[in-house]
Amino acid sequence: MEYEIIVVGGGHAGCEASLASARKGHKTLLITSNINNIADMPCNPSIGGPAKGIVVREIDALGGEMGRNADKGAIQTKMLNTKKGPAVQALRFQADKVTYPKEMIKTLKSTKNLEIKEGMVEQLLVKDKKVYGVELEDGIKINSKVVILTTGTYLKAVILNGSNKTPSGPHGEKESKFLSDSLRNLGFTIKRLKTGTPQRIDKNSIDYSKTQEEKGDDIPRTFSYDNIIYRQPEDQISCYLIYTTPKTHEIIKEHLNESSMYGGYVEGVGPRYCPSIEDKVVRFSDKERHQLFLEPESLYYDDIYVQGFSTSMPYEVQDLMVHSLPGLEHAKILKYGYAIEYDAIDSKQLKQSLETKLIENLYTAGQINGTSGYEEAAGQGLIAGINASLKLEGKEPLILKRNESYIGVLIDDLVTKGVKDPYRLLTSRSEYRLLLRNDNADLRLRDYGYKVGLIDEKRYKEFQVKKEHIKEITNILKETRITPKKEINEYIESIPSPALKDGISLYEFLKRPEISLENIEHFVELNYTKEEKEQVEINTKYEGYIKKANKEAQKMLDLEEKKIPEAIDYETVPNLASEARQKLSEIRPTTIGQASRISGVNPADISILMVYLRRQSK
Amino acid sequence: MNDTIVAISTALGVGAISIVRLSGNEAIDIVNKCFKGKDLTKVESHTINYGHIYDKKEIIDEVLVSIMKAPKTYTTEDVVEINCHGGIISTKRILETMLNNGARLAEPGEFTKRAFLNGRIDLVKSEAVMDIIDSKSEEANKLALSQLSGSTSNMIKKFREKLKQLLASIEVNIDYPEYHDIEVVTIENIKTAIKSMKKDLEAVIKESKNMTLIKEGIKTVIIGRPNVGKSSILNQLLQQEKAIVTDIAGTTRDIVEGEIYLDGILLNIIDTAGIRKTEDVVEKIGVEKSLSMIDEADLVIVVLNNNEKLTSEDEELLEKTKDKNRIIVINKTDLEDKLKLESSKLKNIVRTNANTVEGIKELKEKIVELFQLEKLKTKDYNYLTNARQISLAKQAYESLEEAEQGITNNLPIDMVEIDLKETFDLLGEIIGETYSEEIIDHLFANFCVGK
Repeated sequence: MEYEIIVVGGGHAGCEASLASARKGHKTLLITSNINNIADMPCNPSIGGPAKGIVVREIDALGGEMGRNADKGAIQTKMLNTKKGPAVQALRFQADKVTYPKEMIKTLKSTKNLEIKEGMVEQLLVKDKKVYGVELEDGIKINSKVVILTTGTYLKAVILNGSNKTPSGPHGEKESKFLSDSLRNLGFTIKRLKTGTPQRIDKNSIDYSKTQEEKGDDIPRTFSYDNIIYRQPEDQISCYLIYTTPKTHEIIKEHLNESSMYGGYVEGVGPRYCPSIEDKVVRFSDKERHQLFLEPESLYYDDIYVQGFSTSMPYEVQDLMVHSLPGLEHAKILKYGYAIEYDAIDSKQLKQSLETKLIENLYTAGQINGTSGYEEAAGQGLIAGINASLKLEGKEPLILKRNESYIGVLIDDLVTKGVKDPYRLLTSRSEYRLLLRNDNADLRLRDYGYKVGLIDEKRYKEFQVKKEHIKEITNILKETRITPKKEINEYIESIPSPALKDGISLYEFLKRPEISLENIEHFVELNYTKEEKEQVEINTKYEGYIKKANKEAQKMLDLEEKKIPEAIDYETVPNLASEARQKLSEIRPTTIGQASRISGVNPADISILMVYLRRQSK
Repeated sequence: MNDTIVAISTALGVGAISIVRLSGNEAIDIVNKCFKGKDLTKVESHTINYGHIYDKKEIIDEVLVSIMKAPKTYTTEDVVEINCHGGIISTKRILETMLNNGARLAEPGEFTKRAFLNGRIDLVKSEAVMDIIDSKSEEANKLALSQLSGSTSNMIKKFREKLKQLLASIEVNIDYPEYHDIEVVTIENIKTAIKSMKKDLEAVIKESKNMTLIKEGIKTVIIGRPNVGKSSILNQLLQQEKAIVTDIAGTTRDIVEGEIYLDGILLNIIDTAGIRKTEDVVEKIGVEKSLSMIDEADLVIVVLNNNEKLTSEDEELLEKTKDKNRIIVINKTDLEDKLKLESSKLKNIVRTNANTVEGIKELKEKIVELFQLEKLKTKDYNYLTNARQISLAKQAYESLEEAEQGITNNLPIDMVEIDLKETFDLLGEIIGETYSEEIIDHLFANFCVGK
């Protein structure tokens, strides 16, 4: 058997990677330990959120699957940060944990060039620093030109609660025992990371009168630019908000040393952004209460996910903790919370394309690279799938820049800075947040999606029309002038907004903070979609800020233009500070821009490096 | 490296002519914007052009401008050299005008660095230049850092700490919008924080400017009605005949500069045309200029005539200068006392007879006292020392103003945050701490969020 691409792991990264390569026409094999667990959501039942939701939009713009699939599985949809600016608004969906995987598996199975196989990969087949296939637990070898590892938390996974340590993946799935050793032997630095998950409660055992209902939005929303609504707003289900009680905190403090974390049973480094409830009680001891969300996992079963209550306490302590919560006094625990430890590679050993520097044709994506979150995984999976395919086609890899996408920010951070704790995307990780909006992901990335062949002609044409319309609206606003006539000023003052003294274009008028596009439509008819008009409104209103951001981005791009030859030997660059020399040798940045983002490399080192390169090129 | 850099390339205050040099794509455009004479964008390369440099509508200096177009120039970029008169003030103002029009202050050695980077390898022998660039940037960094006193950098650190908290609070509300019980940073919180920071930063800038002026010269204006003895006082201070002194009212029509050192600190003294109502056009210009000098002065010496009653012009002058650092000199004490001042209301009065040295010593002592020059010399300076730092502080102040403006215009919080982050970065540049993951680290350390 010979495949062009083998993808190891059927999580969110693996799904996107295998779909991208198969859709690009490459014979692809997806190997997973359990077909029924493909596209599983082992933790929270939601997709999106600030920055992460924008990643889903970006995946859709590039021709990935997560957005469409989340639309199919949505049971509650929300636009977050609507009271803030357009740059930080983001979608978050509660996704049905049955429908989401089911739909994804359906898509995978119906995709040409894609085969799925159950099995546990334990070895990589490598010759002359080049991968040529995988070996399964049972000794079967499968050859391929490229291997993409998307193994999630399965490498040497150990589940912890209290002092119990059980080798196992999530849901009691089998873990991969030897693959990380195989990687270590190939020269990869292996790190130990940790994450955790809270309890699942029977929804029928909750007293909802003690909770606060959290509904979805009234407006139908979609992640995908296909804009297909699978669930109407009135059919959404609700989440519920509760708070921890003083008694909860007492129980936790009393039993603190019994938790895996505080009992000293955990080696892995946990994520800072989602601490366990033990962590929260200890680190934020001045807080009287912590917020918890009760989130339904599916329409098809009774599990309620207790968001914010992740713990590695022994089961009997978890019983006490859960029962100390308002409305959960008699709650039936269906699954206990646990911590999970797993192996990951050092992401600094990756190229921007997500190919490893050590082994040619080997790519990695998702939690194996030290990230956390379904969206982060899917974004990397898509890029790994695209770049593996492009390599087979003899083309340059797709490397998204920091001013183009959150996916670009994510990958650049991974390969340039590396991670200490599981990496989560945040809007604050981007320097150009204002450019990376939920509303303009298609304008930023659809051209790339089309170019690599994941966006079909029909979708691309629709996109072209949208771009054309945006131009048209802008021109109309620039060309239409209003003058200080009595009836015009009467309307303007009624908005209320100061009366005109001179004639003004609608474009300039729209810049007034209190003026919305609705007011503009009082003067001129705009027969365009809401999204098209929204683009113009944002671009007009925030023109100054957008220009500023673009100017900053240009500075960065200029440095990205300056390439560093792959073969550079930093030992021969005179006068570099020793820390800079060591960091540059380790990370091997491809551009001066990337080099300048490495911590420990100072502006003086960059000057020296630039001078050196200039001399070399003479 | 595509921006345009500018620097004064001659030693300040030495020699009759100073050169302000620019290099970069926009060098010609930037100078042309503030130049009256030929259109510099249209002149031939390697020509010298006569004209004036303007700041808005005001002439700063009469200059010769050399235009040298790329690539046959020192840096191989477009280079412009402005030859101006050697005074510190006008040269500095030309530099400032260039900075305001889009040029960036060059780092030490940057012209040479550009020459090298742009391939003028014949000009600068390669190995030597490596060392120069290396040591220059190192030195510059060290210098800038060592020049910052502990107290100033602590103060900037405090500002940044404050901003960091503010930014992290805004960020946490953006990245974790569902957490209702995280304290939402209100517009009021931000407004208050901005206001107090602006106040502190303004004080630093002001103090820094004062200190710089003291280092470079206290701009001292001598003002009064015609023939009260302004020029005589100046000459006594300078002990030389520089201003034209006669008994005919209205002889000093030009502003005369002179310099004296008081306790090692430079006083840049400007004599002015006498202030009186006049129909003489030339004199009128002089009078207006004299009045406008008051605003720019760091110290105003108002001269009154002991031998005459206080006139309405005198009163006007006293009124105009009441908020300035001011010394009132009552001159001609050898003549009959006709002047009556409500001295209880007025401070810093010195009596002189400027035909002799009588009172001059007291005047000097008064100046020393007023600026606390003695103390300044020994004080642990609490200010920013170089133009780069002051310019960064000013930019930081402007970003704060923009943030404030954004709030007034009801812009969303994440837009306002762009300006606050800029302030944070600019302050970081002053003390050599550039933005890294500080805000994110702070966010995780201080807020309790997650699954």
